[in-house]
Amino acid sequence: MDNQKVRTKKLLVSLVGVGVLMLAVFIFDSLGMMDNYIRGIFIQSCFAIIMVTSLNLVMGYLGQIALGHAGFMAVGAYTSALVTKAIGLAIKAETMAPISPMLQFFIGILCGALAAALFGLIVGIPALRLRGDYLAIITLGFGEIIRVVIQNLPFAGGKGLASGQAGQALIGIMRMNDIYVIMLVTMVCVGIMIAFVRSKFGRAIMAIRDDDIASSSTGLNTTYYKVLTFVFSAFFAGVAGAIYAHRGLGTLQHSDFTFLKSTEYVIMVVLGGMGSMTGAVVAAITLSVLPEALRAFSEYRMLVYSVMLILVMMFRPTGLFGSYEFSLYQLLTKRRKKAVEPEQTAAKGDN
Amino acid sequence: MPETILKATNLGIAFGGLRAVHGFAIDIKECELVGLIGPNGAGKTTVFNLFTGVYKPTEGTFYLGGHLMNGKKTHEIVAAGIARTFQNIRLFKKMTVMENVLIAFTKDMKSNLLSSILRLGSFWKEEESIRQKALELLAVFNLQDKADWMAGNLPYGQQRKLEIARALATNAKMLLLDEPAAGMNPTETAELLECINTIRKKFSISILLIEHDMSLVMNICERIVVIDYGEIIAQGLPQEISHDPKVIAAYLGE
Repeated sequence: MDNQKVRTKKLLVSLVGVGVLMLAVFIFDSLGMMDNYIRGIFIQSCFAIIMVTSLNLVMGYLGQIALGHAGFMAVGAYTSALVTKAIGLAIKAETMAPISPMLQFFIGILCGALAAALFGLIVGIPALRLRGDYLAIITLGFGEIIRVVIQNLPFAGGKGLASGQAGQALIGIMRMNDIYVIMLVTMVCVGIMIAFVRSKFGRAIMAIRDDDIASSSTGLNTTYYKVLTFVFSAFFAGVAGAIYAHRGLGTLQHSDFTFLKSTEYVIMVVLGGMGSMTGAVVAAITLSVLPEALRAFSEYRMLVYSVMLILVMMFRPTGLFGSYEFSLYQLLTKRRKKAVEPEQTAAKGDN
Repeated sequence: MPETILKATNLGIAFGGLRAVHGFAIDIKECELVGLIGPNGAGKTTVFNLFTGVYKPTEGTFYLGGHLMNGKKTHEIVAAGIARTFQNIRLFKKMTVMENVLIAFTKDMKSNLLSSILRLGSFWKEEESIRQKALELLAVFNLQDKADWMAGNLPYGQQRKLEIARALATNAKMLLLDEPAAGMNPTETAELLECINTIRKKFSISILLIEHDMSLVMNICERIVVIDYGEIIAQGLPQEISHDPKVIAAYLGE
């Protein structure tokens, strides 16, 4: 275990890393190279990073296949959008003291995340009794149920559950596309998830992944840790959803959260390497930027996806990074690290 | 008179119409080492599974240190003080030797989600103290130099030892060893024998042991219980057991 001094050093290195990253974005921005298009891709990468890292907790570390992550994202997106919208209306009607859009946004994120976590709990308790293929199917089902219910909710742009008509988009959502705020939120989220993985909780869920029976015989309440991780993961899917909802288009459509969306994130997790936060971040960025880079043949995007996946699975079955973690601290100290226990300082290389 | 640690009366389980174990009674005292033997399929591992909550007994009761354990979940039973190893080693293969032991401390750790994420002082303190404890425990098994190895990369004999170390780390009063010498060569078996004797003295723990290697059983067990077709057919001192006609019949056929 590191002593105090090394820990402080690592923290400093991480903070400097974060600072440099922010500065790089700032320079990029002030040079006028950050037009709305790039900005959009940047934000897209940010919420993809949160989605993929949070899904990686369930898939990579806990070892359970979940195909309904977009459902939690939808809950987070709609809840936060409705909350900021309500606050906005209240302020306009002067029933509430005016607060800054930033604060509104953060309240929205928190509400969205908590709502998603609640749904994670509701879905997780029955679903996590199953595992493997069965869990995959049940989470897929739950994800779709969430989406279809949202589609019909009157206050979310739908026409009521009984009317049988397809819903419309939720419109008039506040815009929050300050890249620095979003970048910071993303890094804090990833940092929290890394801290989770590198505590007793992370150890416990990796043990459960390796051997369910042995972990309960070693005193772990496996159900508790499974549900906790699922809820924790849903919480961050909610954060990602909140960023998504406020990304600047002002509208939300239920069709943004189909199970294809979930699959997309599953692909990113697998591509990056199950059980590697570095891999999750890199895959999220790559697969968010790639389709845009291939804009000219956007119809072939899925083709590129599949070819990439096939190639990765053939040559690197454990994903691009396996369980490797990048560490700026170790890069700087140039210590030969042992391959058995990769270390990583806090949130770096996140964007 | 030493205190009774594990006490079972009339314990049994039926899978539908099949009575896998029936009327099992045992009384294990503090620091005692009892062997559980029997032909293949006699129900030895089923007894272990009953004691560890993998199966719920359909008849009878068992107590650990005077507390009723029937119907408790596996992790609750571990918390109460029964730990086990498995016939086919079940380590966390993709985790380090150190982490394998640390997992067993998890149930007693006080840091919560918030202090773990905020990396409070209490979090680091606890992490450091359990790592220290884990190293001390690994040293007993001569594994301290391999703390950073992946558990799956250890040689077979050491994997067995690590599994015992992990079970001990749960702070158990009662240790159930399921065929610890299976697949070992005579040197490794001798080493294991030594190891079991050491931990018994060092941790003053009671052990119930399933084993097919008769030399090991006869050597270290103070008492032996023999079961066949799910029922106890004999019990007593090793010398008595080795001459018991029922036992000989069960093993060799009449």
